[in-house]
Amino acid sequence: MTVGAIYALVALGFTLIYNSSDVANFAQGEFVMLGGMVTFFGYAAGLPLFVAAVLAIVVAAVVGLLLYRLAIEPARRASPVTLIIITIGASIFIRGVTAIVLDKNFHSLPSFFGNEPFVIGGATLLPQSLVVMFGVSLVLIALWLFMSRTLRGKSLLATAANRTAAQLTGINTRAVTSTAFVISAAIGAIGGVLATPITLTYYDAGTLLALKGFAAAVLGGMGNPLGAVVGGLVLGLLEQFSAGYLSSQYKDAVAFIVILLVLFTMPQGLFGAKSVERV
Amino acid sequence: MRRFLTSPFLLVGAVAVVVAILPMILPSNFYMRVAALVYINAIAVLGLNLLMGFAGQVSLGHAGFFGIGAYAMALGPVYLGLPSWASLLGGTAVSALLAFLVGRPILRLNGYYLAIATLGMGMLVAMVISNEANITGGPNGMEVQRMVLFGWRVAGSVTWYWISGISLVIAALVVVNLINSPTGRALRSIHDSEIAARVLGIDVARYKLLAFVISAIFASIAGSYLALLDGFVTPTTAGFLLSIELVVMAVLGGLGSILGSIVGAAILVILPQALTVFHEYEHVVLGAIIVVFLILLPSGIVPAIAALIRRRPA
Amino acid sequence: MTILRVENLGIAFGGVVAVDGVSFTVNRSEIFALIGPNGAGKTTLFNMISGVYVPQRGRIVLEGADVTNLAPHQLALRGMSRTFQNLQVFFRMTAAENVMVGRHVHENHNVFAHVLSLPSVHAQNRKTRADAERLLAMVGLAKVADSPASSLSYGALKRLEIARALAAEPRVLLLDEPAAGCNPVETEEIDAVIQKIAGQGISVVLVEHDMRLVMRISHRIHVLDRGKTLAVGTADEVRGNPAVIAAYLGGMGEREAARARG
Repeated sequence: MTVGAIYALVALGFTLIYNSSDVANFAQGEFVMLGGMVTFFGYAAGLPLFVAAVLAIVVAAVVGLLLYRLAIEPARRASPVTLIIITIGASIFIRGVTAIVLDKNFHSLPSFFGNEPFVIGGATLLPQSLVVMFGVSLVLIALWLFMSRTLRGKSLLATAANRTAAQLTGINTRAVTSTAFVISAAIGAIGGVLATPITLTYYDAGTLLALKGFAAAVLGGMGNPLGAVVGGLVLGLLEQFSAGYLSSQYKDAVAFIVILLVLFTMPQGLFGAKSVERV
Repeated sequence: MRRFLTSPFLLVGAVAVVVAILPMILPSNFYMRVAALVYINAIAVLGLNLLMGFAGQVSLGHAGFFGIGAYAMALGPVYLGLPSWASLLGGTAVSALLAFLVGRPILRLNGYYLAIATLGMGMLVAMVISNEANITGGPNGMEVQRMVLFGWRVAGSVTWYWISGISLVIAALVVVNLINSPTGRALRSIHDSEIAARVLGIDVARYKLLAFVISAIFASIAGSYLALLDGFVTPTTAGFLLSIELVVMAVLGGLGSILGSIVGAAILVILPQALTVFHEYEHVVLGAIIVVFLILLPSGIVPAIAALIRRRPA
Repeated sequence: MTILRVENLGIAFGGVVAVDGVSFTVNRSEIFALIGPNGAGKTTLFNMISGVYVPQRGRIVLEGADVTNLAPHQLALRGMSRTFQNLQVFFRMTAAENVMVGRHVHENHNVFAHVLSLPSVHAQNRKTRADAERLLAMVGLAKVADSPASSLSYGALKRLEIARALAAEPRVLLLDEPAAGCNPVETEEIDAVIQKIAGQGISVVLVEHDMRLVMRISHRIHVLDRGKTLAVGTADEVRGNPAVIAAYLGGMGEREAARARG
């Protein structure tokens, strides 16, 4: 469930950017990596854990903004495949910079509330798992409030629904898309901060996370935020389940087999809209 | 110049000339080896380009076929006692069969759904290879026996330069021939409007599958060549990163461009070799180059240059 | 002689009935028009007849054979071809290549011959190219044969789709708003092209909003409203039908109705 919650955050960030700009951002995992790495180095440099975490989230958000302004926006007219490759190029770049500025080692963070496992209803839980679940829930609630209560959030929804129409009603879609990149980078970084005490992090950790997040978003139905969260949780559960009951080596295999089976029966994912060809 | 860019057969001829002349310029065996690597990758990218650039179907899992081709060269002689040439054919057949079997359900999907399904397929192949350690050697990889043809031990950079170079010319010729045939027109029409293609009598599912199987065969053969050149295989030959690399080569060089496939492969093979000088900065430079090139030339390097030349009166 | 028979065809999308029990027959060489206000179900009907949608009820009979559940490419082999209301042109190809794709059903599909680029493939390519040029000339696009389709005007693309559909040598040709977006001169050209097509023994089923064109060239007209048949008859019969006038006046097209009355 912990892993699933992190996947859900990556998938959610992925969906947010996809909805506002039609870009499938394969650099999404780098935000998670940055969240963990920057927090570690801030903490190691003597900052309080909380301050280091906030710093990491801000760094990731700035990187997200730069990603949009420097790499995505100038290529506005490129095809979707080209845009994907650009985000992959950007992720390689971010990874490279991280390896140089920080380092190439594995790092962990101390658990926020100690390592003493406790038992609820027969299940053993690490305090950090609760922190992850609580944190992810907070992010979801905050995001929901932002979308439904603020003007910027509503313009984001409008832009996602129909960019041209949004532009015509006077919405600054450039600012809106920037916001989407900043928010989804911050969400990713929060995921990184929360998960690092359990999963470790290093400069190359983002690739697999981006992949799982993408898979989760597609599993849920591309562009559907609820689908992204459910897709992430399902993916995480599948992995845990198959690691526990089948074989830990094939835990990823089970996840992908299930995704394939879902897509064969539901070509638009679990929550994707069924489209009728209009010609 | 214009004629050169519009006539695909002249283009294949030019590639053949370059392959023939290059050994006179290359200063050492090391460079011959790099050139062979370029050709081998270009073969896989050509196939992928047929699928992505012409038929418009994305695949993020072609390293799976590449890996099957590579591991066939290691496993065939050891477990089945097959000679290398038979292993190569066997690996190609397995890849083609796998593509044929998974292709039909997978290719019904569109866009990102297709991307994730092909990615899943590739990952499954990679996982089997790295997890069945007692057969495949797992993450440590496996030794590959050198190929012996009519008593001649096929090894060395120069030998493989010629084999891969000639194979690349043949591969390019196959793609050019296909593109300029009813099959090629059918594939290209699917890219632009599936529905119009269907209404005109094109069995869309069949043609997508055909492109998928052909591209799998190309990737598999390229994988086999790489295994024979290196004398060693590891699970990275089937890994996700290689799948992505192949796609990057195709997109960077130019989707739908035969010369682009070769240029894309050349850049992504040569660049990391050249960047080892920069050591630490390799990733940074590689990432930056991909981003900058695609921002400036979103249709890929070769099509962008071709458009520039066309705009100027020849 | 009946070529196409549609019996009691119906389909609904998410509870909204788009086409509700429509029947008609089309004869050889006939120009048969389907008209009606927007949302009447004309294009949906086309999509069912050409196999793009599977009808939920009813039958489609083509030259005596039941073809109701056939896929579009199978229907194409039996002589069904069509154009599209919103263009479905192969934009990355030249005009000639677009039409060459239309020859697909009459070409040899031996992939091995294609890979080897056998002489027979070259001969066939030359013939296909010649056929395409002839058809482009027929719709007045001979000059732009080697231009990328993406560089052509809207009216030219409409005619390109007609040439492409004709390349398949259909028995039945479904034209979905061929004159939409065309200027009066282009419309007149299309008028002549359609009459010529019918003159060659092809049955033309036409969906069109340009009432002057419809009234001028159609042998029979079938009026749809909200998925149902409202009237059937010659131009004169339909023009005078009070139900038709009411539907158009009540619907969107006062101007269309006025034009129809002459």
